[in-house]
Amino acid sequence: MAEHQGGDRAQELIAGVARAYEQREALYINGGGSKRNLAGRSCPAPSLEVGAHCGILDYQSAELVLTARAGTTLREIAEVLDAENQVLGFDPPLLDDRATLGGTLATNLSGPARPWRGSVRDAVLGVQLINGKAELLNFGGKVMKNVAGYDVSRLQAGALGTLGVLTQVSLRVMPRTEHELSLAYEMAADEAISTMNQRAGEAKPLSGACWLDGRLYLRLSGAASAVEHTARQWGGEQYTQCEVWDALREMSLPFFQGDAPLWRLSLKPTAEPDIEQGSMLIDWGGAQRWLRANIDLERAHASAQRGGGHALLFRGGDREGQLRAMPNAIERRLLQRLKRAFDPHGILNPGRLHADL
Amino acid sequence: MTSESPALPPVQRAELLRRLRQWLSAHCIIEDEESRRTFECDGLALYRELPLIAVLPENVQQVQAVLRICHQLQVPVVARGAGTGLCAGAMPHPDGVLLGLSKLDRILEIDPLARTARVQPGVSNLAISQAVADHGLYYGPDPSSQIACSIGGNVAENSGGVHCLKYGLTVHNILSIELLTVAGEQLTLGSQGLDSPGYDLMALLTGSEGLLGIVVEVTVRLLPCPEMATVVMAGFDSVTAAGDAVSAVIAAGIIPAGLEMMDRLAIRAAEDFVGAGYPRDAQALLLCEVDGTREEVGEHARRVADLFRERGASSIRVSRDDAERALLWKGRKSAFPAVGRLAPDYYCMDGTIPRSQVSRVLVEISRLSEEFGLAVANVFHAGDGNLHPLILFDASDPVQVGKAEAFGARILELSVQVGGCITGEHGVGLEKLRQMPSQFTEAELLQFEDIKAAFDPALNLNPGKGVPILKRCQEYRALPDRHNRG
Repeated sequence: MAEHQGGDRAQELIAGVARAYEQREALYINGGGSKRNLAGRSCPAPSLEVGAHCGILDYQSAELVLTARAGTTLREIAEVLDAENQVLGFDPPLLDDRATLGGTLATNLSGPARPWRGSVRDAVLGVQLINGKAELLNFGGKVMKNVAGYDVSRLQAGALGTLGVLTQVSLRVMPRTEHELSLAYEMAADEAISTMNQRAGEAKPLSGACWLDGRLYLRLSGAASAVEHTARQWGGEQYTQCEVWDALREMSLPFFQGDAPLWRLSLKPTAEPDIEQGSMLIDWGGAQRWLRANIDLERAHASAQRGGGHALLFRGGDREGQLRAMPNAIERRLLQRLKRAFDPHGILNPGRLHADL
Repeated sequence: MTSESPALPPVQRAELLRRLRQWLSAHCIIEDEESRRTFECDGLALYRELPLIAVLPENVQQVQAVLRICHQLQVPVVARGAGTGLCAGAMPHPDGVLLGLSKLDRILEIDPLARTARVQPGVSNLAISQAVADHGLYYGPDPSSQIACSIGGNVAENSGGVHCLKYGLTVHNILSIELLTVAGEQLTLGSQGLDSPGYDLMALLTGSEGLLGIVVEVTVRLLPCPEMATVVMAGFDSVTAAGDAVSAVIAAGIIPAGLEMMDRLAIRAAEDFVGAGYPRDAQALLLCEVDGTREEVGEHARRVADLFRERGASSIRVSRDDAERALLWKGRKSAFPAVGRLAPDYYCMDGTIPRSQVSRVLVEISRLSEEFGLAVANVFHAGDGNLHPLILFDASDPVQVGKAEAFGARILELSVQVGGCITGEHGVGLEKLRQMPSQFTEAELLQFEDIKAAFDPALNLNPGKGVPILKRCQEYRALPDRHNRG
């Protein structure tokens, strides 16, 4: 298909990184600016602007593959996919239409459908990036299966731009499901967690399971006959339109408003909640818990460890401090070596992930 | 295809054995030549090498000890699961230790409610699904070697299978791994949650072919068994028509659980072998499996059959029960051994291509088949674009071996030219090292090399496989020789 409007700024970006490499100056990689205060530590360096490096380069709906420049907004991608009745399976937040493809991969942000349709990390097939030596490199590709070389593409998910400036991403996309329904039940958190897990163990077209304000919500998506049949079996209040999912994905629910620290706990889906303070929202069938609470990292980390996972101060609080527990010494040494392998002078988003990366 | 390299000095070999014996009992250390020969190759028997010593540790502590000892003595270590790999990735190093993980074969924990299983690396892929079947669960990736292949090897190769278009590869179906570094230090990668913050080392390790660390435990995600599945089989008069039919299914918004294509030679070989009822006169055969709830399977199977009919299918058959479904699959699953009966040996290629390129690629492969004078049968994971041409040859004839390898190399390069890659699921190993530069630039290969060095600076883990080492820098000037023996 024809290239969409947008520009190829790869040479400018390479020149920007080359300058920083020579002068050993830090860069803060900025796409749409929607995540500056999310997911990572603050990084007070001059911005390298990737937002103008945008445009969809290739989209073959029959191949289920889309390639776009990293600065392309998810809104634009969603619109192009929509015309072919396809979607981004990982259901990402569009964040007032500012979220870009590169930023979404760098933060590994996926929406409520993630447990069933995979994350952005799962959907990525290939990337082009500029490493810290200003080399433009391609990894992975545009095909579903590719095991040649190390999986550098998925390594970018959650790396917060510390291993390279993403310039292009190829993704697997999915057909839009034919029919959708939501079910709601009045329920306490622990009962909701156990119900979510039981339902997820049934071979039904479940595509969302969250709990907030004393209500469990289940979303069904698939063939109309399967969705309707399951809804009859499972009971509950039925909604053909349920605004909870969009508001949850966009973090626009009242739960997310205000300045209280927002913790993200990524846990075993069956983990029992053990922090009484503040308020909690459960997503991803129990595997992602959001907390609004003034607790310290030690407390959040201890709780996450008991739940088999990790805690991250996702938004608010002290963004110059530690946002998650430090990995142990062995892992830290590996992370630092890996960082140097991509960015020997430590110029790309220094400190964004960890103070020493 | 063995290489010449000076053997480890006898003194060092003796010291290695002395230290290994402190940790491993005699039956776990394999020294005599006849027993070592068991490990000389993986599923790609064209490449063989005897290891200096093979060890079969019985617990994680012993694996750790082996790694520490080899690290202290700077001895290469090659990990091996079940040895079913198809790229000589587990071929031993003549100066190194072959680290067999087959005795770590316990399923440690099953959590039916959280839908996970924690297993040791030597557990076979199928054993996981069998162990959790009573809970109505199964493990998604299903490589055709699943009866034998180990989950540790699946992680090392990022194995797929016929169901991966819908259910993903190994990397999509594991939650956490316990990893030993080259120095024997233990690390937990991933967690019991879905996404962990920070670098996704688990994704990096998946498919890294034993070059970055040794996997000693895996926590896999389990899926609920679908209520039912149905196969729609269709014969076509041309590969192009079959390719169009595949695209039509995807465009209709159906993601099949499996979607396989076979060409005429493969159809006939499979039919002669198992009598599945395949149309012997068809130029191409499609097998499309849809699964899910009863309602959606009925609906999707009807739509798939209609689409195949509209695209000119010469014959269509829809499985009426599980026995018929199993029979239709049996032909496909036996395709490799069936084709194997047509010649003394076959050489299986593994490029992945965009689906739209399949007829162009098959026409070119057929032309190359004439050029090299070797027959080829094609089996294609049409849903995900992974093409397995099986080149027929006689391994006892050096001329034919050379031709088969040259033919294979041309197919891989062709896959890259049409926008694909040299390996979809079998890995690079030793076999495809020479084709890596057709897919990657020198700067990209150097980036791989730097990743390798971050984990294993002395290049002791599976040297000579996966990524060619180009660098001639001070710190390992002497090492590329050890590494690049392919």
